[in-house]
Amino acid sequence: MGWPTPASTGVRWKPPESVTADNLVEVSGLRFGRSGRPIFSGLDLGVRRGSITAIMGPSGTGKTTLLRMITGQLRPEAGTVKVGGLDVASLARNELFDLRRRMGMLFQNSALLTDFNVFENVAFPVRENTRLPEALIRQLVLTKLNSVGLRGAAGLMPAELSGGMGRRVAMARAMVLDPELLLYDEPFSGLDPISLGVVLRLIRLNNDALGLTSIVVSHDVAEISHIADHCFVISEGRVIASGAPRELAESPSELVRQFMTGAADGPVPFHYPAPDYAEQLLGKPQ
Amino acid sequence: MTLPLQLWDGLLHSLRKLGAAILFLIEILKQCPAALARPKLISQQVRNSGVLSLIIIMTSAFFVGMVIGLQGYDSLSRLRQEDILGAGVALTLFKELGPVVTALLFAGRAGTSLASEIGLMRATDQLAAMEVMAIDPIRRIIAPRFIGAVISVPLLTAVFNAIGILGAWFIGVQVMGVDNGAFWSQMQEYVDPPDIYEGVLKSFVFGVTAGLVAVFEGYNAPPTAEGVGMATTRTVVTTSILVLIFDYTITAYLL
Repeated sequence: MGWPTPASTGVRWKPPESVTADNLVEVSGLRFGRSGRPIFSGLDLGVRRGSITAIMGPSGTGKTTLLRMITGQLRPEAGTVKVGGLDVASLARNELFDLRRRMGMLFQNSALLTDFNVFENVAFPVRENTRLPEALIRQLVLTKLNSVGLRGAAGLMPAELSGGMGRRVAMARAMVLDPELLLYDEPFSGLDPISLGVVLRLIRLNNDALGLTSIVVSHDVAEISHIADHCFVISEGRVIASGAPRELAESPSELVRQFMTGAADGPVPFHYPAPDYAEQLLGKPQ
Repeated sequence: MTLPLQLWDGLLHSLRKLGAAILFLIEILKQCPAALARPKLISQQVRNSGVLSLIIIMTSAFFVGMVIGLQGYDSLSRLRQEDILGAGVALTLFKELGPVVTALLFAGRAGTSLASEIGLMRATDQLAAMEVMAIDPIRRIIAPRFIGAVISVPLLTAVFNAIGILGAWFIGVQVMGVDNGAFWSQMQEYVDPPDIYEGVLKSFVFGVTAGLVAVFEGYNAPPTAEGVGMATTRTVVTTSILVLIFDYTITAYLL
């Protein structure tokens, strides 16, 4: 079984044309820092409607921070983050909550509510945000759980789930209100190959079947390259490369190639800056 | 950094935290009507904070009552006034020991539980997930727990007072031989409604204090194991100090 591709899912698929046309998410001139350290210094990117967009980059480059800005949990120091044409940072609290009802997010650690079972976790956003009758909530939740293959696990508690099952439950919960935009924060980290394959396939299938727009933050270059329509590589606060995964693998930039191939040494050196090795070992005064 | 500078720095930090706590309280109060509209959530929290604290409250109350009964009998018998033991015990419990000891025990049992629960929810991104699901954690998580504490502390204080009096009655009447009729009638004679109101006011203020400190510390706990542990410790320390300060302030104001 190969990785699911737009063609293999059998769902009508419109290939991406350009990242600047018909974007659901637009980030422009984004600046943000923490503890005096700049994280973004003029970041620009656009996420096309209906696509799966991968955000990649070395650790600590602010990929998760970017997701938190898209969901309005953090505000930029300068620049804008627009979702569906709305400047997230300028929204009032109730407007922000309205916008969030159109989004779903899968957290790195799943962030399931530990006191609720699987069914109640998936039902939680429905119960809190709608006044649907119980019978309809049940159908909705079971449908979503079935789509991630966990209808039979509805009665289990989060502590009884494996990492992969937890991600799938979180995915069902993120999709339960049929969002337009689904954000995935490191969805593959810590998963065994089978779970990883399942999650990967679900991201592609759900994106195509439900007509979502997906943003996937991931380090797993090889895996995400199989399903992403477009990739952005972020480093030192800016987008250093963007394009289809195949284009990035052939990028003239050494840094991008090092990242895509996972080379240990290159523009990002293996060694942290240090004084001369021999001098330090022999104890020569520095 | 010199000592005066350190003190100044500490003072500024405390003032900033006080300001943040007041803003947090205002935010909670704004969400209280929405939380009160869901009585099931509130009753669940009254159970978690109040009902589950009953054992420690009742046990402590009985022994505190026995100690007051014993000490009171010893002091009053020197003046040949053992008959007013019931009144003395009741006034001590209603006005001072009941609200204060209940609040301190509540901080140790339920306050720490609230702070660590909320802190862990923060550390495991459960609160962040709620925000992204367009669910306000203040409305859904914080306000019901705060209201639960505000309801629980006065109720627990009433239980503490009742059991404490029973403890004192047991020692005074059953063990030391104080007249049963005198014990109860003197209590009825000397305890006036304002004495009860003072205790009710204190227990309400302590409930707000204990509840606010617990949810504030939990909500703002750094998302690490150490951060949650520190928040739990701060909950007990801060609540205890504030309860004693407020106790003196209210007593001085009402006397």
